[in-house]
Amino acid sequence: MFSRMRQMIIKEFIQVFRDKRTRFILIVPPIIQMMVFGYAANYEIHHVPTVVVDFDHSQQSRELISRFKSSPYFEVENQANSSQELSAMIEDGKAIVGLEIHAGFAQALLGGQVAPLQVIVDATNSNSAFLAASYVSQIALGYAQEVQRARIYRIAPQIVEVMPSVQLESRPWYNPRLLSRWFFVPGIIGSLTLVLVITLTAFGVVREREIGTLEQIMVTPITPAEFILSKTLPFFLIGLFDVGLIALVGSLWFHVPFRGNVLVLVTGAVLFILCMLGVGLLTSTACTTQQQALVTSFFFIMPAVTFSGFGFPISTMPHWLQLATYANPLRYFLVVLRGTYLKGVGMDILWPQMGAMAGLGLGLLTISVLRFRKSLD
Amino acid sequence: MVETAANAVVIENLLKRFGTFVAVDRISLQVRMGEVFGFLGPNGAGKSTTIRMLCGLLRPTGGRATVAGYDVSHRPEQVRQHIGYMSQKFSLYNDLTVIENIRLFAGLYSVARNELHSRVAWALEMAGLEGQQTLITGTLPGGWKQRLALGCAVLHRPPIIFLDEPTSGVDPVSRRRFWELIHQMAEEGVTVFVTTHYMEEAEYCNRLALIDRGKIVSLGTPTELKQDAMRGELLLLECAPLGPALDAVHSLPDVHDAAVFGNALHLVVKNVEAAGPHLRSHLEAKGITISRIERIRPSLEDVFVSLTTERGRQQERES
Repeated sequence: MFSRMRQMIIKEFIQVFRDKRTRFILIVPPIIQMMVFGYAANYEIHHVPTVVVDFDHSQQSRELISRFKSSPYFEVENQANSSQELSAMIEDGKAIVGLEIHAGFAQALLGGQVAPLQVIVDATNSNSAFLAASYVSQIALGYAQEVQRARIYRIAPQIVEVMPSVQLESRPWYNPRLLSRWFFVPGIIGSLTLVLVITLTAFGVVREREIGTLEQIMVTPITPAEFILSKTLPFFLIGLFDVGLIALVGSLWFHVPFRGNVLVLVTGAVLFILCMLGVGLLTSTACTTQQQALVTSFFFIMPAVTFSGFGFPISTMPHWLQLATYANPLRYFLVVLRGTYLKGVGMDILWPQMGAMAGLGLGLLTISVLRFRKSLD
Repeated sequence: MVETAANAVVIENLLKRFGTFVAVDRISLQVRMGEVFGFLGPNGAGKSTTIRMLCGLLRPTGGRATVAGYDVSHRPEQVRQHIGYMSQKFSLYNDLTVIENIRLFAGLYSVARNELHSRVAWALEMAGLEGQQTLITGTLPGGWKQRLALGCAVLHRPPIIFLDEPTSGVDPVSRRRFWELIHQMAEEGVTVFVTTHYMEEAEYCNRLALIDRGKIVSLGTPTELKQDAMRGELLLLECAPLGPALDAVHSLPDVHDAAVFGNALHLVVKNVEAAGPHLRSHLEAKGITISRIERIRPSLEDVFVSLTTERGRQQERES
């Protein structure tokens, strides 16, 4: 039994490392993808191109505009001369935010009336539009409040001192600078491992089926279980290697802190990779050609990443979809990744996730081994 | 059982259905130890399906088969230990070297350590690849690949080997060399079960089964088949034009069967002496010129065409 498995494993490694393309695929794309995702997957907004049209030409309107100019969130690049010009620039995409200060803005403000400020936001990307709009209102309200206090101070200085106010003092735990990269980088480790292990496994088995070597192997005394074990062990090790590789890029390049225990992360990675091997094998039992395997694996990969909490919080999904995510191994692995990276929590907190992955992995592998036996017929 | 001791392969009422399609329709046969047994039939006749059931790759729908005394449905692992199998598709690893392929299969067949060296050397010699063991297998010419595949399939000295159209797509010279290897192994007492659709290869077999549409239509030595399977005698008829001639002879009651072979017709008639003159006058009346009429010894191809067309006609009549 061991001589059979040893030879199969040796053969598998020879094949992986002999092929230049496979060698390349195992190392370069994961790093590149980590880099690209690390820079691109970002919810923050900076330097939003902004256009202003000022019909008031007052000291107050200029003061308001200068506050936008000095904010890191906005880049006031253009001054428009008419409302038409402003909307044209938004349509062209030259600006995302447009501010229109109507004539009489200063007068209303100083007269104690409501001073309207029209804000136009290109909401094609609703998320950044929402953020931009809230930054706009932060700046505008801050300015309004100052004007108000100054006015009251002039009338009755003693009132200002007793005026109630609420000072917000938020302390973002685990990610004090609120860097979305810290949120994304651990997630990318999970989703890249998912894609890599599923495709490697599915293709590895389907390729043998397609070129006929699977049949030749199955007439030797090797049992299906031995075949699957020796076929998946190399992919398991490669998956683990790639987790390490991507994690290294995250720590060394993006300086995402790792606060937890490495062993906890490795345990999570092992369980997660087992689940992915199961999915890959299951895919391979349903396919006879590599093309089918490609299409079928994407069937799983896309929803698995989308409904894992990788980009969108699970808690905002409809209830039935939330229930479905319990069957998604990536959901648990992301909790383990973010937990060990950012929160520094250990097994005492993460055991339910570990248990869920262990259960799913066991189930998936059992089903795929049974189906694999059947698919030989 | 006594028969399993003397027979390498015993098949009884073996049945394989894929959905409603019956690929192998309750066939029965026995292959003796040390025999080269040919399984002959057109594509889709059920040859590969049968061989795959015998190797434990496919589960029979019904019936029973034993290989080397082991039931293929119940003890497929035991069967695999005692057979070598080579399929029509070249199925070694193209991206491994020659020696890596041999070592892999030696490992898979658990070839004993002290035997490994001599078996590897033997396989290399047999394939004619001594000194070239580090070549990437995919770069070898077809004939070499085929012999290497055979070598890998018999590294563990199986008493029975199954060859599923082993020579398809190989040049005639390599094919001949391949058959020499098969006979060498048979001389050493190995039972060879081989499928083919090359008629001339069938002549190399000790015994043959003709299979058509899942059923065995004839079974025996090549000579027996030629003698028994033909109802009547075989007549070669060189004439022109061929098409109308074929239509014309079909309408004659004396002619059991007719088929085009190259630039002539082969006719099966009850008696050549009786049918000859009648045939000539009938065809000449239709404006067909005859250049030769001759009685010939049937080839296996004639036997095959005769048997399969007869069955085809029977089926048409039934439906």
